[in-house]
Amino acid sequence: MTNIVIDNIRKSFGPFQALKDVSLTINDGEFVSLLGPSGCGKTTLLRIIAGLETATSGDISIGGRSVIGLPPKDRGLAMVFQNYAVFPHMTVYENVAFGLRMQKADEARVRKQVEKAAGLLHIEPYLDRYPNKLSGGQRQRVAVARALAVEPGVLLMDEPLSNLDALLRLEMRTELKTVLQSAGTTTIYVTHDQTEAMGLSDRIAVVHDGRIEQVGTPVEIYNHPATRFVGGFIGNPPMNFITMPVLAGQVAIGSESFSVPTSSGDIVLGLRGETVERAPSGQGLEMQVRVAEPMGSHLLLTGSILDQPARVILPATETVRNGETVGLTLDAKRVTWLSPEDGVSYPAAA
Amino acid sequence: MTQNRSWIPYLLILPTVVFLGLLFVVPLIQTLWLAVSDNGVPSLANMQTMVRDINFGRSILNTFLLTLAVVPIQIAMALAMGSMVSKVNGGRETILWIWTIPLGISDLAAGMVWLSILQNTGYLNTLLFSMGLIERQTAWLTYQTPVALFVGIAIAEIWRGTAIVMIIIVAGLNQVPKEFKEAAEIFGASPWTRFTRITLPLIRPALQSALILRTVLAFEVFAVVYALGGRNFPVLVGEAYNWQNQNQNYSVAAAYAVLIMVISLAATLFYLKVIKVDPERLP
Repeated sequence: MTNIVIDNIRKSFGPFQALKDVSLTINDGEFVSLLGPSGCGKTTLLRIIAGLETATSGDISIGGRSVIGLPPKDRGLAMVFQNYAVFPHMTVYENVAFGLRMQKADEARVRKQVEKAAGLLHIEPYLDRYPNKLSGGQRQRVAVARALAVEPGVLLMDEPLSNLDALLRLEMRTELKTVLQSAGTTTIYVTHDQTEAMGLSDRIAVVHDGRIEQVGTPVEIYNHPATRFVGGFIGNPPMNFITMPVLAGQVAIGSESFSVPTSSGDIVLGLRGETVERAPSGQGLEMQVRVAEPMGSHLLLTGSILDQPARVILPATETVRNGETVGLTLDAKRVTWLSPEDGVSYPAAA
Repeated sequence: MTQNRSWIPYLLILPTVVFLGLLFVVPLIQTLWLAVSDNGVPSLANMQTMVRDINFGRSILNTFLLTLAVVPIQIAMALAMGSMVSKVNGGRETILWIWTIPLGISDLAAGMVWLSILQNTGYLNTLLFSMGLIERQTAWLTYQTPVALFVGIAIAEIWRGTAIVMIIIVAGLNQVPKEFKEAAEIFGASPWTRFTRITLPLIRPALQSALILRTVLAFEVFAVVYALGGRNFPVLVGEAYNWQNQNQNYSVAAAYAVLIMVISLAATLFYLKVIKVDPERLP
């Protein structure tokens, strides 16, 4: 059982608080992404879990045992770095074997494990080569194989795909998912790329400004962001936020009214661009379209709703001219309502 | 446009080539000729004079012993200093600045500094006397105390020449991304293993440069030795100097110069061969 319990981790660099009481529980065999913009503290948290950095306060236990104060090698984990950190002076074989050699594994076990990991990552043809002869994608495979060869309880990955070009990233993402699923290792994956996090993770922890804003499955986080930050950070285009007046617990949109979780004042409508449909003319939520961009698979509209910037997606079969006003029908089950004061969302309607 | 002016780089390089050609290559050829000729006729007479001289064997032995003693200690110290300073966050520049002070001192001045410490009325004897360890002035730098003389010269040379090695090593260490060491640490390598298995192989080019530079300079040792030991400790460059100035025999001095050059070239080739730098195995 290699679950990870992160309990009130705090980290300060001088007066700067990089992590503010972060708590997170990761189950055995689970793949959890730490997702957030650069500088949010996600890499610092990963490095604290790895033991490369020490927390100012708080506790971390791996497999039920507190690892605070233990050196990295005694934590039963392996790590894949953003710039691969594949040793240039060793062959691919020796790179993959490195962890096992450090554990003083016998030659037969080294060979068996290296071959197994190399097979999983399809790097057998390069075992005798030096990393400088390999492409970025191949080097990253070597780095992952090196980590898997020691059969770690926990695998830590720090932006492993961000140095690869877009096409390779997509290919490696799919492959990582297959490989890690078969390995069954508890994995913490740091990324700023929401599509990577969405595609790979069992659960995502969205990190912002040294705090975890929300933890949930990709679908939960996408459909019901806990905060305005999460909604705006995840999704392309990001979630639209339209502030509207509330009258007697209702918001009037076109000819319809929606009941909302507050009785008066203002409320923020969190609207995913692709959850709308085009309403018959003269009905629905009015959007002034500034630019209509046919993307082939869909039609992207940029403009404003109630004088607030908005971006929505309609099916490719629709035609909208620049400057036209279109009516949009909302799906009450797929909208999020947020407080205008603190940007926190109201619980989803049951 | 730039293609049409391909001669410009050559024009800009020309002054340095002419300068070095006139002031280096010409004297080199003259020295070589001087060493292997006698009254304008090719001859090995100067070489024979050099080899038969009473100080020849001793100067070769002393120069090699000094090089063998000083260079490894300097490399080891530079590695230790470089590794230590890489762990420091604040004050790094100041520490490096202080460590490189000996670089700014001429080697003769360095010799004088150590002479003031090691001579009969020097600081060392004063200190030992005040601590009651010696009863009267002790001589360290005479031909009767060869070991003390050797150690004194070696210490002065180490003090004077380690900074340049350290600068090259620190530059090499800065080239090694910290992720390599972190990856090794994650996979269970001890600090010593990280140093020997990761850091050392990755700073091979710096190590090679430092070894070549320092060894060549060690074979050219002169001023420190001259200040501390005079003729009690003959070395190759010192002999060349004596033949040139005392004996006014430029030809034998040239023979020494050629010998020193051959030894330096051989040492350089040795290092290039032994510490191979394969660009394929570098970051």
